[in-house]
Amino acid sequence: MDEGRARRRAVSPRLWLAGGWLLLALLAAIFAPLVAPQDPLAQDLMLERLPPFWMNGAEPGYWLGTDSLGRDLLSRLIFGGRIAFIVAFAAAIAACLVGSTLGLIAGYFGGWADRIISRIVDVWMAFPPVLFAILLVAVLGTGLSSVILAIAIIDWTRFCRVIRAETMGQSRMDYVENARTAGYGRIGIMLREVLPNVVPSIVALLSLEMGIAVIVEAILSFVNLSISTDDPTWGGIIAEGRLSIHQAWWVLVFPLVTLILTVLSFSQFGEALKTRFDPVLR
Amino acid sequence: MLLQRFLIRLLTMLITLFGVAVVVFVVIRVAPGDPIAMMLPPGATDADIARLRALYGLDKTIVQQFFIWLSGVARGDFGTSISLRQDVLGLVFNRLPATLELAIVALIMAVALGGTTAIIGARERGTAVEAGIDIASGAALSIPDFLWGLVLILLFGVLVPIFDISGRVSPQLDLPFVTQFYLFESLLRLRLDLTWDLLKHMLMPAVALALPLAAIISQLLKQSLKEVLDLDYVVLARVKGFSETQVILREALKNAALPTLTLVGVQFTFLIGGTVIVERLFSYEGLGNMAIDAVINRDLPLIQGIVLVFALLFVLINLSVDMMYALLNPRLRHG
Repeated sequence: MDEGRARRRAVSPRLWLAGGWLLLALLAAIFAPLVAPQDPLAQDLMLERLPPFWMNGAEPGYWLGTDSLGRDLLSRLIFGGRIAFIVAFAAAIAACLVGSTLGLIAGYFGGWADRIISRIVDVWMAFPPVLFAILLVAVLGTGLSSVILAIAIIDWTRFCRVIRAETMGQSRMDYVENARTAGYGRIGIMLREVLPNVVPSIVALLSLEMGIAVIVEAILSFVNLSISTDDPTWGGIIAEGRLSIHQAWWVLVFPLVTLILTVLSFSQFGEALKTRFDPVLR
Repeated sequence: MLLQRFLIRLLTMLITLFGVAVVVFVVIRVAPGDPIAMMLPPGATDADIARLRALYGLDKTIVQQFFIWLSGVARGDFGTSISLRQDVLGLVFNRLPATLELAIVALIMAVALGGTTAIIGARERGTAVEAGIDIASGAALSIPDFLWGLVLILLFGVLVPIFDISGRVSPQLDLPFVTQFYLFESLLRLRLDLTWDLLKHMLMPAVALALPLAAIISQLLKQSLKEVLDLDYVVLARVKGFSETQVILREALKNAALPTLTLVGVQFTFLIGGTVIVERLFSYEGLGNMAIDAVINRDLPLIQGIVLVFALLFVLINLSVDMMYALLNPRLRHG
């Protein structure tokens, strides 16, 4: 009990940092046209590869420097955040809805439903996920909705596996049996009794999945398959940075730091939520 | 008992592979882009397109195409790559060794790093050392291989350029190899100069792949070790006068390792999945890098072949882990 309490206190500062970063990045993305110091698409070859503000040769107004086409890095990162967050929320929620529903059905009803769903999950797990994502986007065509759909199609299994196992555990508990004796229907028990008890796991997974979705989007735009090449994306900036790494390291460093902070924040958030909701640890 | 378990697993494995084949086949044929149109020069006539279409069997229905392909696969014929105009199986076997070498080196590094930190953490349990290991493994686990690769490129490719960050081997070198397993063959031939060059190229992508897995091994093995260290027989060994390190290595490790072993098997498939993007990042000439090119070129036969080989690799690893677990676990062995 004491250990659990100490653990929760220890998590708090990290949770605040994670939440603070995500809120900052999210607000910057939402208000991108107001916050960004420059037009993220404006090219100026007179301003190519300007270093960040503390180095010699920096220009005022271009805080994090410019890329090889003279585009402002900070503004591109802020606008890239829009796509990252849209993909994170939409893809994670879609994967969650599909995966949790199937997991709940497989775990609660068992039998044939479980066998079929589990077999599909097995097939899905036999694909290398990154290759599967690239393949799907190539098929669906590049664009925001394709990226979201591809991530949801691949990652629903993550929810399905966990929720199935949790639901199985819950279904064996006394309260489910009691509800059945009390005359409740199977679907009613599943939705009203079992579902609320697996929600903490769903919420924690959702936060983790958002971080994963951000990475997958970055990977897809890194191989130039995400959305149109005009719009700035974090992965697209990284791809440019990888090419000009010996001339302008900052074009790789800043998007990389942004991505790492975002992914770490999402996973910290998920961990903290799990600890907070888990009655044993609480 | 064991044989029955093996046969059931083999059957489910075949069903899974069939499922993968169906999914890939359907998915890539829904694709809007026309691979044939991409192959021909702009002046090609409709008759040219139709002829080539028939040549690759693309004029038949999707079900017909699937069974033609499947009967080919059964005979070991995976078709011809559209973009490279070579036998798919040959292309895949040419690249697979590079990916396997990378994955195996990464696995060895992950086990070594994860195992060492787990043992140190269990020995120093409750101290600042253990807390430090926990923080490091937490970070290693949360950051995916793609980002680790970029961090390593910056650190050891640009800041302190001691490793190569592109390719599999220096292009100016004369390679005497007869197999595609360059690293293993260079060791067998005692050409350590080549081994060093190969390792200089392989180390960064391998570390990027190894770090998340090392973190998982470290966390789980440390947890199991700490549980075992409180058991009577371990306490007895301690009373007998063994040092804590001896107790861990001689008594605790073999009983704590089983859950980790199972997990390593499953996680190894994730590591292999990660080679796709990590190979791309480091321009390493493996199967994953070829797969991305195949997707971009809409090379249907090649994509099918590569995905199926990856899937085969995954189910084989899962099968062998399952069997190893059954062999090592006394409860299942006698059950």
